[in-house]
Amino acid sequence: MTKPAYPPEEARGLWVYLEQDQGRLEGVSLELLGKAREMADSRGMAVTGALLGDQVSALVQEAIATGADEVLVAEHPLLRLYTTDGYTKVFSQLILERKPDILLLGATANGRDLAGRVAVRVRTGLTADCTNMALEDGTGLLVGEVTGFGGGVLAYIKCPDHRPQMATVRPGVFAPPQPDASRRGKVVTVPVDLSQEDVKVQVLEHVTGQGLDITKAEVLVAAGRGCRGDFTLVNELASLLGGEMGVSRVPVDQGWASRDRMIGQTGYVTRPKLAIVCGISGAFQFTVGIEKAETIVAINLDDEAPIFEQADYCVVDDMFQVLPPLIEAIKTARGGNGGRQG
Amino acid sequence: MRALHVIVCLKVVPKPEEVTVNRETMTIERANVRSEINPADMNALELALSLKEQHQGRVTLVAMGPPLFDPYLRLALAMGADAAYLLSDRAFAGADTLATSYTLAEGIRKIGDYDLILCGEESSDGATAQVPPGIAEWLGIAQITYAHDLEVLSEARTARARRELAGGHEVIQVPLPCVASVVVGANEPRFMDMERKAWAQGEGRVTVWTAQDLGIDEEMIGLKGSPTIVSGVEQAAAVQRKREFLRGTPQEEAQALVERVRSYL
Ligand SMILES: Cc1cc2nc3c(=O)[nH]c(=O)nc-3n(C[C@H](O)[C@H](O)[C@H](O)COP(=O)(O)OP(=O)(O)OC[C@H]3O[C@@H](n4cnc5c(N)ncnc54)[C@H](O)[C@@H]3O)c2cc1C
Ligand SMILES: Nc1ncnc2c1ncn2[C@@H]1O[C@H](COP(=O)(O)O)[C@@H](O)[C@H]1O
Repeated sequence: MTKPAYPPEEARGLWVYLEQDQGRLEGVSLELLGKAREMADSRGMAVTGALLGDQVSALVQEAIATGADEVLVAEHPLLRLYTTDGYTKVFSQLILERKPDILLLGATANGRDLAGRVAVRVRTGLTADCTNMALEDGTGLLVGEVTGFGGGVLAYIKCPDHRPQMATVRPGVFAPPQPDASRRGKVVTVPVDLSQEDVKVQVLEHVTGQGLDITKAEVLVAAGRGCRGDFTLVNELASLLGGEMGVSRVPVDQGWASRDRMIGQTGYVTRPKLAIVCGISGAFQFTVGIEKAETIVAINLDDEAPIFEQADYCVVDDMFQVLPPLIEAIKTARGGNGGRQG
Repeated sequence: MRALHVIVCLKVVPKPEEVTVNRETMTIERANVRSEINPADMNALELALSLKEQHQGRVTLVAMGPPLFDPYLRLALAMGADAAYLLSDRAFAGADTLATSYTLAEGIRKIGDYDLILCGEESSDGATAQVPPGIAEWLGIAQITYAHDLEVLSEARTARARRELAGGHEVIQVPLPCVASVVVGANEPRFMDMERKAWAQGEGRVTVWTAQDLGIDEEMIGLKGSPTIVSGVEQAAAVQRKREFLRGTPQEEAQALVERVRSYL
């Protein structure tokens, strides 16, 4: 067996990695704090947030309000932007010193980049992309639920002998908790031992936070290959409903739409109230990103498209024929003035 | 110009649309399931081959898996790779990402003299995206995950890539050697070269290395070397959807739909 860095008996506490980018906490970190709080309460554990960055202490209060009992703050100018080497060094040292029992991270691009590296550095196991998790009765071990091929199988993964028990969760899997501004917690500033030599990665350009976040949309109108690159009607319907346009992978690969609109396994897991899915076949890599919708409408030419198995209302027709009367009917239903669009 | 040695980590995966689950035994039915090279790994291979054209040098394939990987490695040889190594041993079976990345890193160490190691962003069956950072850590070198495109500045001994991030992107530069994982769809993988095909399927070699060949610590590979265990499998509760088909002319369909989703309007 690969030797554990520290024995399970010495491990304490449930940690959430608080991922931040340019002074903003990632939504998935807040979602994880909510889930961590729920699990910790079931066993009388404490929830610790680990916050790395430069001048990020303003985010501490948000983390405490969302469920953290304690926040470890590691600040250093070299941690301003995420780099694998800088963050791995600081975070691994923190883990080896303070010996958490469980460590949860958001499965964002950088969250996965860090998790995969840290897990090997501290020689522990990592359960990727959990769709649910719980602490096992008796042992208190973290049990991560992951989906197998096509989402048809659920597997439960544990890490019995190595610590921390690490897991990642994709954004949108857990609902964001309601913050409670009256919650109080402890802030611990930790020393950071980092020099320029430790950071070999040079960030030449960093552009994020362009504002679009399809996971927050209450209505999503999603389009795939079937739209053939023409999003006019899809956009019109989305803005009429006060929602956003989402896409399957094909429009992204074709260069018709940007990646931040992509729904699915490598895109976003969304949970809109209403999803209208047009010209998308319904491969499982897509449907994992939409299955949490309250109501799903599918419009597809092919009556055998798998998307119809996942839809509440199924329209077997050409999206270009159905969307114009649908837009008209919605306007009429709202009293003829186009509703929210004014 | 310094010639470039690129190692590509290729995994062979069952075609997702053909995989079925035996509802009684809760196991994956693998018989009759066709396999393919993991889609993102095809993009990694294409990138490797285009870097080879640009910089001269060679492309080496490495995979950890059963003998059934052999013909797929030959397909990749026919596309333009120069050599292939299959790390294959019963002792490797049951490896999680810690043990898999360790084994691949040991294979890569033995191949040696590399400038760049390319992986896919994630495998379509494992889908963890952890193996590439794992390899980089075992080898103690830099990593670039989710690379959309990547260029090698061979004089400066660095690689530069654009990474896809939520709501944006970044461009980073790291020293060589490094590991990079390539996003699926980053490029258009080329077809096999028909002249190479005959060579690849005949005298072209896929070198098989066992655990002993690698001189690897047996405690750190396969099931034994894996800290995570599968403690159970279950059938996912099928999503219960209404699946109501609305029929008629487009106007009638639209009207029927509006009546059903009125509460969201
Ligand atoms: C590792 C990996 C990760 C992936 N991750 C994702 C992911 O995150 N998200 C994702 O979406 N995919 C992902 N995919 C790809 C996925 O497997 C599918 O290939 C993709 O979802 C298909 O997109 P599509 O449904 O738009 O296209 P297609 O499968 O080509 O389907 C197009 C559909 O449009 C219908 N159609 C055509 N014309 C019309 C019309 N005029 N009106 C109505 N219907 C019409 C057709 O009947 C067809 O059903 C991933 C694949 C891999 C290998
Ligand atoms: N058994 C394997 N053999 C070769 N490469 C692998 C193997 N497993 C994973 N990889 C590489 O690591 C990438 C990410 O895989 P994963 O971490 O399983 O999602 C893949 O796209 C491959 O490039």
